[in-house]
Amino acid sequence: MEALIPIIIILAKVIGITFVLTLPIIAYSVYAERRFAAIIQDRVGPNRTGIPLTIFGLKKDISFFGLLQPLADGLKFILKEDFVPSHVNKFFFWLAPALTMVPALVTLSVVPFGSSFFGEKLVIADVSVGPLMIFAVASLSVYGITIAGWASNNKYSFFGGVRSCAQMISYEIALGLSVIPVLMHFGDLNLSNIVAEQAKNGWLLLPLWGDEGLTTERLLLWFPMIISFFIFTISIFAETNRMPFDLPECETELVGGYHTEYSSMKFALFFLGEYAAMIVGSALIVTLFLGGWSIGFGADAWVIETCGNWAGLIHLGVFLVKLVAFILFFILIRWTVPRFRYDQLMKLGWVVFFELALINILITAVIMTWTEGNLSNFELGATIAGVSIFSIVMFYIAKSLEKMLASDAKKEA
Amino acid sequence: MAKVTKLTRPNLSKTDELYLVGIFKGTLVTLKHALKSVLGKSRGADSLNSSGLGVTMQYPEEKWDDQLPEYYRGAPALVTDEQDRERCVSCQLCEFICPPKAIKIIPGDIPEDDEWSKVEKKPKEFEIDMIRCIYCGLCEEVCPEQAIYLRKDYAITGTSREEMVHDKDRLYEIGGKRVGLVNKWNELK
Repeated sequence: MEALIPIIIILAKVIGITFVLTLPIIAYSVYAERRFAAIIQDRVGPNRTGIPLTIFGLKKDISFFGLLQPLADGLKFILKEDFVPSHVNKFFFWLAPALTMVPALVTLSVVPFGSSFFGEKLVIADVSVGPLMIFAVASLSVYGITIAGWASNNKYSFFGGVRSCAQMISYEIALGLSVIPVLMHFGDLNLSNIVAEQAKNGWLLLPLWGDEGLTTERLLLWFPMIISFFIFTISIFAETNRMPFDLPECETELVGGYHTEYSSMKFALFFLGEYAAMIVGSALIVTLFLGGWSIGFGADAWVIETCGNWAGLIHLGVFLVKLVAFILFFILIRWTVPRFRYDQLMKLGWVVFFELALINILITAVIMTWTEGNLSNFELGATIAGVSIFSIVMFYIAKSLEKMLASDAKKEA
Repeated sequence: MAKVTKLTRPNLSKTDELYLVGIFKGTLVTLKHALKSVLGKSRGADSLNSSGLGVTMQYPEEKWDDQLPEYYRGAPALVTDEQDRERCVSCQLCEFICPPKAIKIIPGDIPEDDEWSKVEKKPKEFEIDMIRCIYCGLCEEVCPEQAIYLRKDYAITGTSREEMVHDKDRLYEIGGKRVGLVNKWNELK
C-alpha cells in the first residue's frame, strides 16, 4: 500500500495536468482563436453553440456566448468519415498525426504549473534537465509533419513537409542558442527551481524586487535577456508553425500543406497538435522569462505564508492567466502579420537570429564574469575586444551571406 | 503601344528594415479594431445597424427588412385588385417568358353568372416552383394585367420539394391586395 501512494500521486498529476487542464485549454484556444480573430475583423464569431433547448420543444436555446463550440467541433471530427486515400503509404499515414500530437503533450511533463500543493510540486516530472528535455522531445514533432507530407504521396503535402523540416531545423538552432544566456544566468536546468528563483528575485524580464533589488549586474544583464526573449519568442512562433511562419500549411500556395490528404480525427490531431505546441511554447516562455507561476513583486512569500497548503492553487491560477495572455498574444500576432516569403524566413533564421544569439551568449558571459569581479582591467578589455571582433566577424558573415543570396536571386531573375 | 514603366522597390529606412516597429504598429491597429469591435464602435457599425459586436447584424433576431429598397426582387406573388378580383387573366405570358420555367398555369373560365364574367378567364391553377425561380422579375415585367409582382419576401424555405411549390392560395396570400393601378375592367373608370 505504501508503495502505491507515489504512483497514485503521479497518476493524479498526469490526469489533472494533461487531461483536466491542458486538453480543455487546447480546445478552448481554438474557440479563442476564432472569437478573437472575429473581433479583430469586426465580426462576431461562433456565438450560437450551446444547449439546444429548442429540440426539446422549448422556446429558446441557451448559447453561453458559443462556449460549447469546441464540443461540437470535437463531435463533428469524431463523426466524420475517416478517409484514407488509396495512394498513400498507410503505415506512415497513420503514424504521422500521433507523432505531431504526442511530443507536444509529453513536453508538458516538465513544465511547473504551480508551487507546491500539500507538499507536492505541481509538475509531473521534476527533472533537472527541463529545457533540454523540451527541446529534445519537441523537435520530434517535425517528424510528424515531414512523415505526413511524405506519406500523403502528393506534391503539395510533400512541399509542406519539406518546408516544415527546413524551417524547424533553422529555428531550432536559434531557439537553443537564445536560451543559453538564460540558463547561464540561473545556473540551473530544473524549471521548478528556475521559477522559484524568479519568484524570490524578480522575473527575468522584470528584475525589480528581491533581496538585492535592481543592481548594476542585473541592469546590465537585462539587455541580453530581452534580446534572448525576442529571439526565443519568435523562434517559438516558427517552431509551432504559427502565422508569420506558417509556410508548411499555407493555403494560398500549398492547398492545405502537409495535412491536405487528412480528414476527420487524424486532421484534428494535427490541428490540436499545433495548438498543443503553442501552449507548450507559451508555457516555456512564461516559465523562463515571465516568472512562471509567481505572482511577483514579492507577493509569493506572503501568499505561501497566509494560504499555506493552498498557495499552489493560487499559483496555478496565476500561471494559467499568464499562459492565456500569451496565447492571446499569439493569436493577435497571427491576425496582424502577413506570412513571410520562404527566402525571407530562411534569411531571418540563418542570417539574423543565429548570429545574434551567438553574440548574445558572449555578451552575457562577459557581463557575468565582470560582475563577479575576478577580472583585471586588462583581461576585461581583452574580453570586450574579443567579443567585438567576434561580433564584427559575425556581422560580416551575415552581410556576405545576404549579398550572396541577393546575387543568386538576381541570377535567377 | 503601351508605355512600360519599371517599378523599383522603395528603399527602406533602418527602422523599417528592423521590422519590429512595423509589427508593433500593426499590432496596435488590430488591437484598436478589437477594442472598437467589442465596444460596438467599429467604423460603419451605425449605418450597418450592427448588433453591438463588430459591424454584424445577427440575422434571425435582427433583420434588414425595413431597409429593403423599393425595387427589391423577392418572391413572385399574385395580387387582387380593389374589388378582390383576381387580376390574372391566365394569358400565360409569364409562363412563356419565365427563363427557368418555374411557372405553371392551367387557365379556367369565369362562369356566366359571375360579377366579372366579362373578363372571361382566370387561372384554375397557378403554380410557381420556388426551387426553380431565379427572382429575375421578367414575369412582373411582361404581365399586361399587372397581376404578378415580386414582393419583399426572401426567406422562402421548406422541408420538401412539394412544399417549395407555391400554389394559387399561397401566391395570393403572399401577394395580398394591390390598389390604385390600372382600372381596365373596373366600372369606376
